Amino acid sequence: MCLAIPAKILNRRQDNISKVDFGGVIKEVDVTLVPEASVGDYVLVHAGFAIGVVEEKEALETLELLRQMAEQSDASDGEQDGAS
Amino acid sequence: MHQTVNRMELHKGIDPGSRYSKALLEKILLEDIEHLSFMEVCGTHTMAISRFGIRRALAGKIELHSGPGCPVCVTDDAEIDLAIRMAGEFKATLCTFGDMMRVPGSSSSLLMEKAMGSRVVVVYSPLYALDIARQEDRQIVFLAVGFETTVPSIALTIMRTKQEGVKNLSFLSLNKVIPPALNFLCENREVRIDGFILPGHVSTVIGVKPYEFIPRRFGIPCVISGFEQADILSSILMLMDQNKRGEPEVRDQYFRGVRREGNLKAQEVIEEVFEPCDSRWRGIGMLPLSGLKLKDKYKDFDAMERFNVKPQVVYSSQVKRACKCGEVLIARIKPPQCPLFAVSCDPEHPVGPCMVSTEGTCAAYYKYERAGV
Amino acid sequence: MKGQEFSVSEDVITLSHGSGGLVSRELINNVFVKKFSNAALSRLDDFANVGKVGGNLIFTTDSYVIDPIFFPGGDIGKLSVCGTINDICMSGAIPLFISVGLIIEEGFLIEDLLKISRSMAATARRSGVRIVCGDTKVVDRGKADKIFINTAGIGKIDGSPIYGSGAMPGDAVIVSGFVGDHGVSILSRRSGLEFSTSLKSDCAALDGLVKDIIEFKNDIHAMRDPTRGGIATLLNEVAKQSGVSVFIDEKDIPIRDEVNAACEMLGLDPLYLANEGKLVVFADKRVATEVLSLMRKNKLGKDAANIGEVTDMIPPRVYCRTQLGTTRLLDMLSGEQFPRIC
Repeated sequence: MCLAIPAKILNRRQDNISKVDFGGVIKEVDVTLVPEASVGDYVLVHAGFAIGVVEEKEALETLELLRQMAEQSDASDGEQDGAS
Repeated sequence: MHQTVNRMELHKGIDPGSRYSKALLEKILLEDIEHLSFMEVCGTHTMAISRFGIRRALAGKIELHSGPGCPVCVTDDAEIDLAIRMAGEFKATLCTFGDMMRVPGSSSSLLMEKAMGSRVVVVYSPLYALDIARQEDRQIVFLAVGFETTVPSIALTIMRTKQEGVKNLSFLSLNKVIPPALNFLCENREVRIDGFILPGHVSTVIGVKPYEFIPRRFGIPCVISGFEQADILSSILMLMDQNKRGEPEVRDQYFRGVRREGNLKAQEVIEEVFEPCDSRWRGIGMLPLSGLKLKDKYKDFDAMERFNVKPQVVYSSQVKRACKCGEVLIARIKPPQCPLFAVSCDPEHPVGPCMVSTEGTCAAYYKYERAGV
Repeated sequence: MKGQEFSVSEDVITLSHGSGGLVSRELINNVFVKKFSNAALSRLDDFANVGKVGGNLIFTTDSYVIDPIFFPGGDIGKLSVCGTINDICMSGAIPLFISVGLIIEEGFLIEDLLKISRSMAATARRSGVRIVCGDTKVVDRGKADKIFINTAGIGKIDGSPIYGSGAMPGDAVIVSGFVGDHGVSILSRRSGLEFSTSLKSDCAALDGLVKDIIEFKNDIHAMRDPTRGGIATLLNEVAKQSGVSVFIDEKDIPIRDEVNAACEMLGLDPLYLANEGKLVVFADKRVATEVLSLMRKNKLGKDAANIGEVTDMIPPRVYCRTQLGTTRLLDMLSGEQFPRIC
């Protein structure tokens, strides 16, 4: 139910449409649902619409958490709560 | 560590070379715990878990059940038949997501209707149905199937249709929402559930709050998970941890894509166009307020109103009655336990939607896990 | 009227062009005979005498109904010639002659027909193949989607051809390059999907590449080109025909980033997308390194990769090692892949 893919916004919205880059594949998507997103942001695209923004800070935190989880000897040691 | 993140790192590179994933898998396997059962309720998770080989890798230690997470699969036969009738009997141009094309109704499928001359168009976005409607005189019907991930996009499309006064487009709303199904699973615990892996992108829309009743009322731990293998594996570890500590709550593993409050703009447009209604779920039956219908102010664009039809229960053939999709959907049985699985039901000759839907549980098992892999 | 180019008013194909009369002959002459230019065709008989061929004759046919007819990297004409050349040379044979049958929808632009015919001529010429006979029919509007092309081809081989049933446990599985390019580039033009990408179809004739490795013919136990259904379908077909299992490693399959990106966006699997200029070789592992190296020296094989091996695992299936190190099935495609949202 959940196939949404991150893509980077390439230009300012015109009539609620922006061009986004999926990684060499560029498509126009509707960005009405992400009014806070701007050029350079990554958005989650589903059925031709951006439905949410992928925050760079949180993505980096996720990477860091993964690293910690993978390296710790016990899953519960020093685990940070990533949820807001 | 704070270099600029490029798209590859944000997505695929969340774990380049699967380095973390392998370590996470090992950790799970090394944990000294009694056998645990978790359930994923998102079809995308079901497919990913099978495709990554996670289900098999954890078998014996952690049982991963697949819940009713495929919106196509939980759509009742009567509703599928209605969609098919739109194209066949009412001669409307039926626009649909590709997911629905091969799903069998009680006697046909959209693919079959297309072959017989009905106009069925696969669209990537509901906006394309609006495009088609602007260019043609025929009646166009958009088949709206999907959970909360998809509903805001459909709502926006409906709003635009009304705004522009496009008179020949209507929407067959078969959309459903997930929390009532979760409630059902919690109340009718035929299957032991020690934790839920919750759908990441549904949560992008609805946030964290709608799930909080699960740990609060039923004491079941929950983790909202992303879709990379590293996401799923770390979510499983988080669920194991909650079980160990005996502190059930809703944790957000996919916080890079899910805000606590969800997407407020998306919730706003859903609220503008839709209201909850009772809805039949395959395998579950009638669930109160689990479906969405168009509000009165958008009734003009409701296909059921325009064509004056409602889903009708049709007499099912013997073969269809033997179909156990309903039991698979609530994890009462696993696909290989269905007597039809891989015998008379396979992707070429599907008896029920679970085998032919791109996110069907039976399809996932058949495709990636059958034959003693 | 012989030799005269078309007047400005005659810019579309009409039913007259298919009727066999003067207008027909003019079309055939200007569009085909002149472009395909060879002795057999110029005779304008209803048959071609291709002379004694020698060796074993390999014969194949294929029809092309692709939409759009012009796509990044090629067109339906190039596709139809490459497709038949490739079918022939997958057996190890040298492609020699091709026939062309066209079914054209009334209203088709003659300019487009000329483009297609030029493309077919150039493609055939490049591989030393002659288009020696053909046929044209015109149908009412709506009875065909712009243009359908059938090509049949003859090749010759000394000794036995390479069959799909020869793969043996221990064989290396080698693919000649990136998979999924053609499928994605076609999708990028489909209305409703439109996305832009620098991806082009990989449409190409593989006779040169096959020639480069044919010295190892006796150690190449099976060879095939992955067209519709993609590489996954090919592996399953050969596994079934040969009664063996194939074990591949997901991370070794060459897939371009853009193909992955497009497939993620559309919910498709690149392993099931069409290719039109790739081949897969099942070669004795003793010669695998050399075959791979020879392939990489050819422009069409420069990204060739060893992706797995043939085993005797029961039941005979295609197995895939995931990035995680687990094993999963790589099954046959069932029906068509539609872009999906779930």
